[in-house]
Amino acid sequence: MNVATKEMIQNTPLGDRGTVIQADKLTKRFGDFMAVDHVSFEVSKGEIFGFLGANGAGKTTAMRMLCGLSLPTSGNASVAGFNVYKENEKIKKNIGYMSQKFSLYEDLTVKENIKFYAGIYGKTDEFIKEKTSSILYQLHMGSEANKLVKELPLGWRQKLAFSVAIFHEPQIVFLDEPTGGVDPVTRREFWTMIYQAAATGITVFVTTHYMDEAEYCNRVSIMVDGRIDALDSPAQLKKTYGAKSMDEVFLKLARKATRGE
Amino acid sequence: MQNSVVADNLVKRYGKKEETVQALQGISFTVAKGDLFGIIGPDGAGKTSLFRILTTLLLADSGTATVDGFDVVKDYKLIRNRVGYMPGRFSLYPDLTVEENLEFFATIFKTTIHENYDLIKDIYSHIEPFKDRRAGKLSGGMKQKLALSCALIHRPSVLFLDEPTTGVDAVSRKEFWEMLKRIKEQDITILVSTPYMDEASLCDRVALLQTGKILSINTPGGIIDEFRKPIIAARASNMLHLLNDLKNFAQTEDAYPFGEYHHAVMKENFSEDVLKNYLQKTNEELIVKKAEPDIEDCFMALMPPSPKRE
Repeated sequence: MNVATKEMIQNTPLGDRGTVIQADKLTKRFGDFMAVDHVSFEVSKGEIFGFLGANGAGKTTAMRMLCGLSLPTSGNASVAGFNVYKENEKIKKNIGYMSQKFSLYEDLTVKENIKFYAGIYGKTDEFIKEKTSSILYQLHMGSEANKLVKELPLGWRQKLAFSVAIFHEPQIVFLDEPTGGVDPVTRREFWTMIYQAAATGITVFVTTHYMDEAEYCNRVSIMVDGRIDALDSPAQLKKTYGAKSMDEVFLKLARKATRGE
Repeated sequence: MQNSVVADNLVKRYGKKEETVQALQGISFTVAKGDLFGIIGPDGAGKTSLFRILTTLLLADSGTATVDGFDVVKDYKLIRNRVGYMPGRFSLYPDLTVEENLEFFATIFKTTIHENYDLIKDIYSHIEPFKDRRAGKLSGGMKQKLALSCALIHRPSVLFLDEPTTGVDAVSRKEFWEMLKRIKEQDITILVSTPYMDEASLCDRVALLQTGKILSINTPGGIIDEFRKPIIAARASNMLHLLNDLKNFAQTEDAYPFGEYHHAVMKENFSEDVLKNYLQKTNEELIVKKAEPDIEDCFMALMPPSPKRE
């Protein structure tokens, strides 16, 4: 992406950039259990969208539907312009995904991991070669290219995993608790990478248990018992709930939950 | 006051010669009887190695430690009778019911649920309605309560909790700390490890741990008092742009995102007006104000710079 386009994206208000995720009464039921209960929301291109909720509120189930991994029981959603019922294979090609629990293959080297993921997304050797060197340079990991991932400190692994998740230049990247257990400096470096990715037009859909990280999002949704009970910018949420911090907003809402995990 | 735990220069290495990992690089601290002592650090800091040495499950390569006055090597059997340990991973029997697990732990320590019921009542009463359910079928929060009940059932004098709140949402985290406060009132010394810096303020004293070394030990307030440099909080419409501006300002030592605002650690002689004038040139909706450091600012300032960071 050239500089002019980048500037253009940064200077366009979020709402005017087009919608990349659209969920309309999206529902998933397991037997009698309403895991996700008629949730509706939209996410704009280049937006950093925080997806919060207590354990068991339905975040993972909702995310799996949006990633094309699980079919909704009812309702509708489109992701990157594709329908979650009929075009889930196309969705998978146009998104990136990273979680704290699983991200990279520890017994492959840094380079092998990149090649493997990029290959899955059908990128050419030439593209892979060029982009690999630029990413290793950005991460200051040039001399670690041939090291096994398990030999890297956790913080580096997480930053590498994020770079790998957006290597194929997806429209949206889904991050499931990407910074759990990471030291505070690396956690911030990680968020700086998120800001940079969003500035190039990648939409970031992120879950976290760190409430300070909710502040880094353009908008935040909070799920309670399968529903989205609040959705707004962090500043507006604090105003609405008369709270000093996002932590307080979260506690006020999540305490209403009637179900556990 | 008597010390419940004394660690003196503990060292632990893993792996063969060429690729040794120094998990603990000379750890020393004391925990007073009845204290709630927090060991705060990210993954890989050495928290679990330290807990396993103190609970006599792992031998240190060098250094000594005592728990309740007993040596962790020579008197390990005595220590095992006196401590409760809740490992980071759920370690109960998934195929036994809630009640069977609790009974099992009580029997091992030659006691009964009945005898110490008052100690665990507060926690166990939440899961007692499900006492016939297999432990493996419980939700995360309920597993946590059962594990804590099992670690307490023999009325230990020292309780070790390894990352009890990791991966737990903000509501359950809060509830868990409230339970800890009540356990502390029973004169049980508690050592708890956590990667969440904000939990430091809930402890009597804390040790900040990073890559096997202690960065600081003090009361939470004391750690903050040790931070002497001025901190500025700033926000603007474009936060990424603002961060770069803050980093490029000559009087800035470090700048990083900090929730709603960015924090910038400034040199002693910096001028707030000069900073404001400089930032106003290219930032809209700018707010700049003085801020108090919190534990996370302190932790970052104490962290040795990684060789990869500019």
